Amino acid sequence: MPRPGTSDHDPIADGDTKGRGTIETFIDLVLFTMLVVVALAIVRLRSLFAVVMLAGVFSLLSALLLVTLDAVDVAFTEAAVGAGISTVLLLGTLALTTRFERPSSHSPWLPLFVVVVTGAALVYGTLDMPNFGAADAPAQTHVWPDYVARVPHEIGVPNIVTAILASYRGYDTMGETAVVFTAGIGVLLLISGLGRRRREDEDDDREGEA
Amino acid sequence: MNMFALAAIAVFVAMILILVRLFAGPTLYDRVLALNLFGTHTVLFIGILGFLNERPDFLDIALLYALINFVGTIAVLKFFRYRAIGDSGHDRAQEGAEQ
Repeated sequence: MPRPGTSDHDPIADGDTKGRGTIETFIDLVLFTMLVVVALAIVRLRSLFAVVMLAGVFSLLSALLLVTLDAVDVAFTEAAVGAGISTVLLLGTLALTTRFERPSSHSPWLPLFVVVVTGAALVYGTLDMPNFGAADAPAQTHVWPDYVARVPHEIGVPNIVTAILASYRGYDTMGETAVVFTAGIGVLLLISGLGRRRREDEDDDREGEA
Repeated sequence: MNMFALAAIAVFVAMILILVRLFAGPTLYDRVLALNLFGTHTVLFIGILGFLNERPDFLDIALLYALINFVGTIAVLKFFRYRAIGDSGHDRAQEGAEQ
């Protein structure tokens, strides 16, 4: 006989197990395989332009994996930053250097060793994490029931995430907005101002040579 | 196996073909087009995933990806043309005419 306290959690657990069928596993496997293939191609290819485009594809694939994990907001940030603005920024860097990578002169074994050890440490760190969508994970049991109980009569906003961001963490959100606004103005000034000044410098140099 | 799973597999096959073009692509424009197509297939796949999980409200997110993909491709192509992102490009074209 189920306890009264657990009956609330059952629909969530059912929904999660139903969504993770064989087709979900297949989708995850294909996406991860493509991710690994793209990463290997980024390491192998010498044409830097192709590498920039592949970095955009890598970011789109990561975004897709985040969507399959139901983290659509993180996925959208990944797509906008990774596939959108960093592709353009990398192309801007590419315009200042050559189009092809020179073969490296040092041995690849030490960097490979460092990467393998770091990856193994990260995988070891995930071993005692709760399963995806587990009903007894700390995310579901720690502060979540408290917020669900308090938000309707303390804030009165239907969306609990909005209530947390705009009310419980209001100052935090205001600070974040100020930081993003400042960063945006800085980027706008850099993009619109620096290129023109550099061009004027080039013109001055040319007149000096003449 | 339902139709949406088959559609997902078809999109995967198309994605792999696009990746082959991206690896091999002889010219820059092949690769730009491949990136744009990959973004389009991401949009399609998010839509299919929404129907697979019986939550079609994912379609809004797919629309956002379509917008990002469009703006990104325009930014890359504009960069090819003018070698800058923020400028109008007008004075640059003039300078090219003078040279």
